[in-house]
Parts: sequence; structure tokens; C-alpha cells
Amino acid sequence: MEGWDPSTKSALTQIPLLSTRAGPRDGAAWTQRLKEEYRALIAYTTMNKSHDNDWFRISAANPEGTRWSGTCWYVHNLRRYEFAIQFDIPVTYPATAPEIELPQLDGKTHKMYRGGKICLTVHFKPLWAKNCPRFGIAHALCLGLAPWLAAEVPILVDSGVLKHKDDESTSAES
Amino acid sequence: MEEDLRSLLQDLESLKGCVSDRYRIGSIDEMKQRVVSIVNLTKSGATRRSKVKDMSAEVVDSNPYSRLMALQRMGIVQNYERIRDFSVAIVGIGGVGSVAAEMLTRCGIGRLLLYDYDTVELANMNRLFFRPDQVGMTKTDAAVQTLSDINPDVVLESYSLNITTVKGFEVFMESLKRRFSQKSGQNSGVDLVLSCVDNYEARMVVNQACNELGQTWMESGVSEDAVSGHIQLLVPGETACFACAPPLVVASGVDERTLKREGVCAASLPTTMGVVAGLLVQNALKYLLKFGHVSPYLGYNSLKDFFPTMEMRPNPQCSNNACIERQKEYLQTKPARDAAAKAKLEAESSKNEGPLHMDNEWNISVVDDSEMDTLNSCGVSGALPEGLIHELPTAEKYHESLATEEKTVEDDLEELQRQLDALNAS
Repeated sequence: MEGWDPSTKSALTQIPLLSTRAGPRDGAAWTQRLKEEYRALIAYTTMNKSHDNDWFRISAANPEGTRWSGTCWYVHNLRRYEFAIQFDIPVTYPATAPEIELPQLDGKTHKMYRGGKICLTVHFKPLWAKNCPRFGIAHALCLGLAPWLAAEVPILVDSGVLKHKDDESTSAES
Repeated sequence: MEEDLRSLLQDLESLKGCVSDRYRIGSIDEMKQRVVSIVNLTKSGATRRSKVKDMSAEVVDSNPYSRLMALQRMGIVQNYERIRDFSVAIVGIGGVGSVAAEMLTRCGIGRLLLYDYDTVELANMNRLFFRPDQVGMTKTDAAVQTLSDINPDVVLESYSLNITTVKGFEVFMESLKRRFSQKSGQNSGVDLVLSCVDNYEARMVVNQACNELGQTWMESGVSEDAVSGHIQLLVPGETACFACAPPLVVASGVDERTLKREGVCAASLPTTMGVVAGLLVQNALKYLLKFGHVSPYLGYNSLKDFFPTMEMRPNPQCSNNACIERQKEYLQTKPARDAAAKAKLEAESSKNEGPLHMDNEWNISVVDDSEMDTLNSCGVSGALPEGLIHELPTAEKYHESLATEEKTVEDDLEELQRQLDALNAS
């Protein structure tokens, strides 16, 4: 964790750790795990709001809590870029991390796998594996998606691949 | 089409009769030749061999199995025709999986189950098997198209789905369990699963399914830099499962600003992938048809042409519950296995009684493998070399202490959902 910036580190220490090693096929144990996931997400969202660093919305897209969706945004040069997020909880969860997808960016960057799955291999997967089963969805957002957005969005915007939605609509009108 | 071309040929012939110029006649002959080659092309495209009821060893050009059945005559395989009874599932129809599927198809395997969620792209053309005209088709459908042409005797099942999702996994499990014929393994409808996927998540899913079914499988992989690869045999309970030895985790503490931008696109070579597919299917054939030695692990380093082999025992602390259960079952059947091995040994020794050598000047004796283990282990006695520590027990302790702490906060799931929704709404 030496290379991480202090704000990510302090955020991470405040997200409650999880303890149940259970995946979506584990019945009651999964419900227990789901409760822990919610607690961590609530704590993280609350903390972001109180630090004026709110940057995502996420909620379960099905009653079993195996599919999640929402939005995330990143501010670059004082403009806000918003993206839809979605991911499935893999059957082998939590041994394997969720593969977070930003479908709108599919094909726009090569730091991404098919279907808009962001690349987490180098900066996040080792941390997840080392901390299994203590990390959950909140940790994946904090340590996986947030750094990815911070690294990718500025480059995508500066290289013209990604346009702000206001610019897009004006260019379409003209 | 063919008739049109034939009449065109006749027209050209009659045209040739009307022309006296030698050069013109030459060019008309050239045109005729081109038409003939087109006729041949259309003919070759149309022929599709019909199904073969029994594999024959007859050596004629029209027998697709003569060279395979010759394996029996050469004394390599006892009963090659058994291959038609086997079902093999191939997960991942990419650079390795597609070639493995073609090899098994050409060998006349009974049934192939193909799994992939991807489509064929032009970027795949540096590898074998798929053709540019298949771009856009799902990999499984494109594979079925080619394979059914090559060998119509093989029963092909195509599953275009992502096995890592809960739904995909259910279909995956059901398809593995479904029996095709009366025979086959106890819990499973397939004889072997070949994993030819390109990521850790999918390997863990195949591992999970095979551990639950007690299904023997083989794993394969090619490194990201395309110059090395490996194959591995996994027998649940008997050998290490894929989760028994987690990959070497190097948390290098990367700063997000220094993230390499060219990190995602992996390199690939048709050669390395072909070699690994060949090693994989060779091992599969040895396993199914019971000849030679089935390698528990075989590595391939193409830069030095180094082929390391090794064996991996299961981890008694494996994090995969199904693996632990299979390990228990395997231990329970140990006495029966030992008795069978002993009986076999006795049967063999009764055949050649009497000492192999009359004198034993140096008192050389054969020591059993297990005796060697005990001899070696007393020196080590669980102590690790300097610099290494046992990570797992401490990790588990941490886990337990957390678990007891958490029990005190018992919230309702709906209440938690409501809280998060409230946060999301504001």
C-alpha cells in the first residue's frame, strides 16, 4: 500500500472490513455477507458525503444481490463526467473480485476488457486476493474503480475520445 | 452453377473453332483452364462426407480413421474405438481451446461441449482455427460450423454464455451433469473438462464446478508475453485444486498515476498456443485412452525450450470447501486403493519369482517412496527456512476475531437496503 495517496489510504481504513466468506450460492451465509456489504457501502458513502467527495451511487439490481448497478462520476477541469456502472457478483466470490463494467466506455480505451470491464489486474487484484474475504464491493470501488477513473478519464478527455455531454449536444445541434 | 460453367466451356470451344489467330487461341485456352479450375472448386466445396457408423481400420484413402486405428496395430492404444464413447467439455474457445477442439474432432471424439461468450474478431486472426469470414459470429457457433464440416460423426454442443455469472454457472453445471449415454463418470455426464480460458476468474469457476462434481479436468494457459505456457491435470481430492495454491500475490503498491497504459493487451503467438493445445490434447488422449504416462503438470518455456514437470498435492487448508470434501473422500478410500495396489504388485511379483541378481555385493535395496518421505521430513519437521513465515494461520485467526465481533450488530437486510437507498437519493 506504499504507493497509494493519503486520502485513499485514510478512506480505506474507515470502510468496515467484512468477515463472512460466502458467495451468491451459499444461501444464508450469502445473506449475512450481503448485510456486511451494505454496512461497508453505507459507511463509505456516508464518509464520502461528509468529506464532500461523493462520487458514486450503487444499489443491488436484483433481490438476490448478485447484480449491481448505478452511476459514478469524475470531475476533470471543473467538469463532471458521469458513467453508468454495472457488475455481477461472480459465483466464486469473494475468492475472485467483481469485474466492474463501464459499458459506455467499451472500445474507447484499451485499459479495458470486453464488455467494458475495467482492467484491475495490476493495481487492485493483488490487494483483493491478499485481503480475501475482508474486502467487499465498497473496497472494490475505493481501490479499483476510483484509481482507474483518476488515471483514465483525464487521458480520455485530453485526447478527445471522451466528450463532455454539454459539448456533445452542442456539436449535434450545429 | 456447374451446368452453367459446362455450357460456358462448350461456348469457348466453339469460339475457338471460329478463330484462326494463334495468340487468340492461346488466350481462349487460358480462359478454358480458368473455368475448369472454378468447376473443380465448386465441386470440392460441395462434397461433405457422410457419417461413419463404425470406425474401421481398413487402409483405404476414403477411411477418415485408418491412421488413428493404426495406433492399435502399433501397440500404442488397446482399443482406439472407445474414443467415440467419450464426452469432453472445452471451456474457452480461443487460441488454445479452438485448436484443442479441432484436434479432438479429427481424432473422432464422441461428443464435444463448447463454452465461450465471445465473438470472433479480426484481432483473433493471428491464431489458428477461426477464419476472417467468421468475424462477428459467436466463437462457439463458428467452431461448430467448422468442426461439423471436418467430422460429422462428432456430437457438438455449443454454449454461448459467461460461466462466471450465477445464471451462466447454473447452465454450465447442468450441461456437465446431463448424461449422453448410460456410461460416463458417477456425478458427471462428461469424461474430461479442458479449461482453455484466459483469466483467473474463469479458472476459479471451472475449479469450483469440477470440485463440486468430482470431475477430473485439465487446465491450460499461455503467458501474457506469449512465450511460455503450461498444462495441469486436476483430480479433485487427489491433486491440488486451482485454489489450493493461490497465485503468487505481489502487492506492489502501485500509484494510480503510474499505471501502465499498455497493460491490458496481451501478446499471443499461433505457435505457442498450438504447442500448448497439442500438449493438452495429447495428455487428454493419454488419460482417456489409457496409454503412456499422464503428466500431472507440464510447463513450456519457449525461450529456452525447457519443459518442467512437477506434482502438486492438495492443500489441507484450501479455501475451497468442495476441495476439502473431495480430499476427505479421497483419504477414506485410501485403504481400498492400497489393497488394490498391493494385490497388483503381488500378482506381478508372483510372475517373476526369484531374485533379479544372484549376488548383492553393495547391499543395495529398494526403499518405498513413503519411507523416503518420513526419512526426509524428520530433518525439516515443519520448520520453514529463514525468511519464510506461515501466513495462513494468522490470517484465519484475524478472520475469527472479526466474526465474533460482527455478531453483535445484527441488522435487518431490508433495513440496510433502505439506508443505502436513502443515501443514494440524497
